[in-house]
Amino acid sequence: MANAHGAGAIATGGAALAAPTRFAHRRSRHIKERVIEALLFLSAFSAVATTVAIVAVLLYESAAFFEHVSIVEFLTGTEWTPLFENAKYGILPLVAGTLVTAGVGLAVAVPLGLVTAIYLSEFAPHRVRETVKPFLELLEGVPTVVYGYFALLFVTPLLQRLLPGLPGFNMLSAGIVIGVMIIPYVSSVSEDAMRAVPMSLREGSYAMGATRFQTAVRVVLPAAVSGVVAAFILGISRAVGETMVVAIAAGQQPNFTLDPTESAATITAYIVQVALGDLPHASIGYQSIFAAGLVLVAMTLAFNIIGHYLRRRFREVY
Amino acid sequence: MSTSRAGEDLAALRELIGRHKRRDVMFGIVGLACMMVGVVTLIVLFIDLLIDGAPRFSWDFFTSFPSRRAGEAGILSAWVGTLLVMAVTMVAAVPLGVAAGIYLEEYAPKNWVTDLIEINVTNLAGVPSIVYGLLALGLFVYALGFGQSVLSAGLTLALLILPVIIVATRESIRAIPGSIREAAHAVGATKWQVTYDHILPYSVGGIMTGVIIGLARAIGETAPIITIGALTFIAFLPAAPVQAEFPFVSGEWLFAPFTVLPIQMFNWVSRPDTAFHANAAATGIVIIVATLAMNALAIRIRYRIRQRIKW
Repeated sequence: MANAHGAGAIATGGAALAAPTRFAHRRSRHIKERVIEALLFLSAFSAVATTVAIVAVLLYESAAFFEHVSIVEFLTGTEWTPLFENAKYGILPLVAGTLVTAGVGLAVAVPLGLVTAIYLSEFAPHRVRETVKPFLELLEGVPTVVYGYFALLFVTPLLQRLLPGLPGFNMLSAGIVIGVMIIPYVSSVSEDAMRAVPMSLREGSYAMGATRFQTAVRVVLPAAVSGVVAAFILGISRAVGETMVVAIAAGQQPNFTLDPTESAATITAYIVQVALGDLPHASIGYQSIFAAGLVLVAMTLAFNIIGHYLRRRFREVY
Repeated sequence: MSTSRAGEDLAALRELIGRHKRRDVMFGIVGLACMMVGVVTLIVLFIDLLIDGAPRFSWDFFTSFPSRRAGEAGILSAWVGTLLVMAVTMVAAVPLGVAAGIYLEEYAPKNWVTDLIEINVTNLAGVPSIVYGLLALGLFVYALGFGQSVLSAGLTLALLILPVIIVATRESIRAIPGSIREAAHAVGATKWQVTYDHILPYSVGGIMTGVIIGLARAIGETAPIITIGALTFIAFLPAAPVQAEFPFVSGEWLFAPFTVLPIQMFNWVSRPDTAFHANAAATGIVIIVATLAMNALAIRIRYRIRQRIKW
């Protein structure tokens, strides 16, 4: 009531003013609204600008790099020795290192993450879920450099007891730690997909006499498969782009191998190695990290497109 | 004859059911074990850090510069650097992210430009963090000439956490019922008045949660900052932002070389001399405690909002 009264008073006051002032006031208010909307739009558009800037910077510096190195040599060469006298720029060793560590990571994260998701979604009592999920979220929050420390100084010595002769830097321990690191990503996205499966499907299955396990594996999982695939792709992207764990624990020597017990550099580790050194701006070594970054972006993009395709292929609509 | 057949069938059926039930129980155990792998890793990691790093904890560790001698080295320049970089990140990312969230939720028309923006926000969240480092190296450090400075690092991390803040802002705005907007419009408020006087105040808790989670992530980010060329050995502090003489404030610190906690840790862990590993572990504890405390704060704020606000 008091408010209505106040509004009335303002309205009377407004009417008492000369008409031109009032219109001017309205126009200025209109302009102010427009300016604010434009500013808000520009802020939102900064997301597009960022993407454009990333692509532009990578392409611009890579173009300078490819003036010195042929694209064919870059994509098919099996030697990466940019710091030697007779520098060779073949990206394959770095790609192999990236894929091996990511592969080891997935071999850990996919089964563990999937079983965790099935358990959390279909089996776990309410209290267990509420207690454990925050812990899994914390696992996501631990900085990657700490995981690197853990991989080098805890997991590697442990593995060396099981596999004598394992070098101090190796892709196996980096990959395992990356795998544990991305379990929460895989499990939380898969769990969301499974919980989104309508209850009626489970009830139908139970009514036919199926057990929980049968329902989970033969009804819920197939119905949620597009979300589960998305979770795996998310995990791959994370593993491929992971930097600190591999830079610390996998070694920084390019090594064209598919054996995870060896030491090798990944694309990301190479970028870190160059950035730590003192390469002058606009030198070919400086440009080479942008070319490597371009390959990294292309790889994550490829995985995302595959994921998008698989999701559409397997989508179930209710 | 037929009764014994039925009896056999029944026994077989019972066995079948028993087998399936055992499988159920077994999967329950396997699932629990798989879930615990993550939790146990977290606990082992923390204990490992504590055992390695605890002896290094002392007042001196926080008030000394890095040193050639492991026993005397400290993290003074690193934690000061982290604070300064976080300040820049916050000042850059919060207005931009909140404004973008408001635009997408309250203003954006349904057209291809909006779709483009939304696709980009989603994609940026999936770009590897080191790629942001390359962007910053090309753009901030060289093209814009900010150098390998606190400013470059802060802006890089701001771009990195922008999607987190945008998503948090949008979610908390979306939770506000439409009737609030309608009521404000009905008494003659303009769109911005509705947004500024109603939408923003009601969503501030959710936005803060997003900001804190974003900053907690930024504190631990190492790769993009290494890429722009942060130094690993800094034995001095940037100029203080507040000066004794006129004009009392100085922006010099923005362009100062710097180091941050995760980089200091990376530097120590990659030294062959194992005496430095204890320093790395102690730094790791500092980083983990900082991020966990921030996450806990965010969870607490979220919980309190849920309790207090009932539409």
